[in-house]
Amino acid sequence: MIGMREVVETFREPVVFIGRVAGVFPHLFHRRGLRRREFLYYLDLCGARSLPIVLAICYLMGLVLGFQAALQMRKVGTEIFVVDLVGFSVLKEFGPLMVAMIATGRAGSAFAAEIGTMKVDEEISALETMGISPAAYLVLPKMLSMLIALPVLTVFGDFAGIVGGLTVGVTVLDLPMAAYCSRTMEVLDSVTFLLGVVKSMVFAVLITLAGCYCGFRSSADAQGVGRAATSAVVSSIFLVVIADAVIAILYSFIGY
Amino acid sequence: MVQQSGKTPDISVRNLTVGYGTEKVLLQDISFDVRPGEIFCIMGGSGCGKSTLLKHIIGLYEPMAGDIEIFGRSIVRADEEEKQELMRHFGVTYQGGALFGSMTLGENVALPLEEYTQMSRAEIAAVVAEKLKLVGLEGLESYMPAELSGGMRKRAGLARAMALNPRLLFFDEPSAGLDPITSAELDQLILRMRDQYGATVVVVTHELDSVFTIADRVVMLDKKSRSIAAEGDPFELREHSENAWVRAFLNRGGFRGAERRREKSQRTEAEEK
Repeated sequence: MIGMREVVETFREPVVFIGRVAGVFPHLFHRRGLRRREFLYYLDLCGARSLPIVLAICYLMGLVLGFQAALQMRKVGTEIFVVDLVGFSVLKEFGPLMVAMIATGRAGSAFAAEIGTMKVDEEISALETMGISPAAYLVLPKMLSMLIALPVLTVFGDFAGIVGGLTVGVTVLDLPMAAYCSRTMEVLDSVTFLLGVVKSMVFAVLITLAGCYCGFRSSADAQGVGRAATSAVVSSIFLVVIADAVIAILYSFIGY
Repeated sequence: MVQQSGKTPDISVRNLTVGYGTEKVLLQDISFDVRPGEIFCIMGGSGCGKSTLLKHIIGLYEPMAGDIEIFGRSIVRADEEEKQELMRHFGVTYQGGALFGSMTLGENVALPLEEYTQMSRAEIAAVVAEKLKLVGLEGLESYMPAELSGGMRKRAGLARAMALNPRLLFFDEPSAGLDPITSAELDQLILRMRDQYGATVVVVTHELDSVFTIADRVVMLDKKSRSIAAEGDPFELREHSENAWVRAFLNRGGFRGAERRREKSQRTEAEEK
């Protein structure tokens, strides 16, 4: 049986890390609290540069979803409900989730590898002996840019997914485009859309924390950095899926 | 062994035990002082824990037992904020320079100034230029660390460590991976830091040339006994240490070299016969 002690030990480090990061948030309001250039760099890396792949994947996701729905709906002659199915699935799940997966692959692994390499080169030690908190200096700009990039990407992803559904509706099901659009406007509401976007902010926090944490824990050698990147990706996918399930339950309490 | 002087030590290490995990002890119960204005070398064979000792002194690792005081304040017992405050009073130059790869040379040197002073941009730029000139890298502010050679990176690391004019400087293997000339230049630079700025310098090294050039005092760490094998003036120790291993180390294992030469000449004599 696993003793209480082991359980406490396993969770001690991550909790301490989260505490450290949370503790440095007041730095944001200091004079040179946040380095603007770093912040913009990560905003570019996680945001702008991820946009094409987000659009492509979400569009294809909408397409596939629409196609599968069409096959089933056709049997009972309720083709128009493809619109509902695609719309809600994309806004509630696939938009935020696909964006989170892409961000994990692009940003989460990059964060871990970057911090791990800094550890190999003693840059982390150098920061510490300069009296600068690595958590403040390295995590904050990443966290903040992810918190901005992911919701924005989710908006684009949602749109691309719905366009994917529309493509299927118009080509496979021969629905008029106007009918598809008006049905979309009719069934989808802004709260559903906003809840999805808020969810992506939770994912942003989880991905950044997992990536940075794995980087800081990396052993100081080349293979260690590789393992850190791997575990960053695996653990943030895991965390995102768990969080998604929990949020789905929470949202159901408020009726969405 | 320790000569008494009136001045209080800059660093005082007391009954320090360091190691990894809870079992593997690297150094047991060691004590020494570093006096103001001296160049102090920590020496020893590979794997004896000299770099680890340095990392304890600068507060990166927590010791298993004992205490380390810097300027009379314990870095072991300090809480996080006190530690950060204490760390601003010394500069550390790492083996590879440890420059931040995402910033230019100028930004690297400017970082501590931006963090801890109220200087304007122009003032910071002036200090950065001055520090880079000091280490012979004037005008290279806009270079990225990756564009520099190993020696230049180390010197840039020194410029960054000097940015806040610390009274105490640490060097981790300054001559590792450098050619003899560059390494000798770095030694001269270390001497100049002390002579011009009155800085106390602690150097971890096993380069004998550099030890005999710069060191006022050395401690020799012994892997086997996990303690200090000798402490004092390097020239004195080379000639008169009671410990044969210390004499051999400082003579570059000279007796073994002589033995090899003798064996070799005996062998060639035998072959000629």
